[in-house]
Amino acid sequence: MIERARQALLGAACLLFTVCLLWAVRHLVALPAEQQALSVLLSRWLPDSGVSHPVTAVLLNFRSYDTLLEIGVLVIAGMVGISLARTSALEDPAMRSADPLLHALLRLFLPLLVLLAGWLLWAGSSRPGGAFQAGALLAAAGVLGRLAGLPMAFLRPGTLLRAGLVLGFSVFLLIALLGALDGRAFLAYPPGLAGALILVIEAGLSLSIGMILLALFVSAPVAPEEDADGGPPA
Amino acid sequence: MTSALLYVLAGALLCGGGLAGCLLVRHLLRRLLAFNLLGSGVFLLLVGLPAHRHGSDPVTHALVLTGIVVAVAATALALVLIRRYFHLTGRVSLPTGRQEDR
Repeated sequence: MIERARQALLGAACLLFTVCLLWAVRHLVALPAEQQALSVLLSRWLPDSGVSHPVTAVLLNFRSYDTLLEIGVLVIAGMVGISLARTSALEDPAMRSADPLLHALLRLFLPLLVLLAGWLLWAGSSRPGGAFQAGALLAAAGVLGRLAGLPMAFLRPGTLLRAGLVLGFSVFLLIALLGALDGRAFLAYPPGLAGALILVIEAGLSLSIGMILLALFVSAPVAPEEDADGGPPA
Repeated sequence: MTSALLYVLAGALLCGGGLAGCLLVRHLLRRLLAFNLLGSGVFLLLVGLPAHRHGSDPVTHALVLTGIVVAVAATALALVLIRRYFHLTGRVSLPTGRQEDR
């Protein structure tokens, strides 16, 4: 009874929250459009950022601190995910599919996905695209390969996996620190080199993001023998 | 009524629904889904409001892009944790403390 009353109270509170939110939205929408200081600043400094796409400029130049912390969060998530997985899960034979259609499609899709990831990475400087989209595509290619049972030795805990996980973060941090050691601010790019450095950082980020997402995908399934010893009663 | 305003309204509703799901649903997977709904609602609000008022704003776009990537990683990590929790305890929801329903 108390449980039901508590749930009804929580539901009413959520409803109240939604109504307040809608009211705030209505209020915000009705406000007169003011001078957008941020957009004006952004368009004034865009030519100096080294890229011509404003979103990429914000992500990797004006607010690159956010992106640095973001890849840090991703690395931590990937490490925790891997540390929770059993090594045997990486070789889970139940995950392998002998479907000939999947194998045939894979032969077509894998090069295409990798090519598309590279193009997205390159396109990010001038139009929508960038490291995260490219990393997501690389991870998708990895998931497809994993489902088809391709040998992926680099996903075993070892030097390659560790290097791949921290590559993006360490390249980013190194460039940021070099700026600070050179007498500029932390994360400030040397003038004239911003475009090239952003591309280097983005390439590292793409590889690492793809690796982290794939590692998290791989660490999710639990090998059947784990059911036998530590699993719950059916 | 622009399409951006529609996104904003949908975002507000998603926020409310997601919050209700987080608080009311006990199953961990559903709670994770509700949490993602809440996050998507916030993303819609962040992108939709500037788009409705003065065209798309690259600053909030970058903010939301960062948010999406972190949300994906956090969701994957939560799935791994829930999976592990299920295999260790056999439960799909956290104990409430008042009632031991096992």
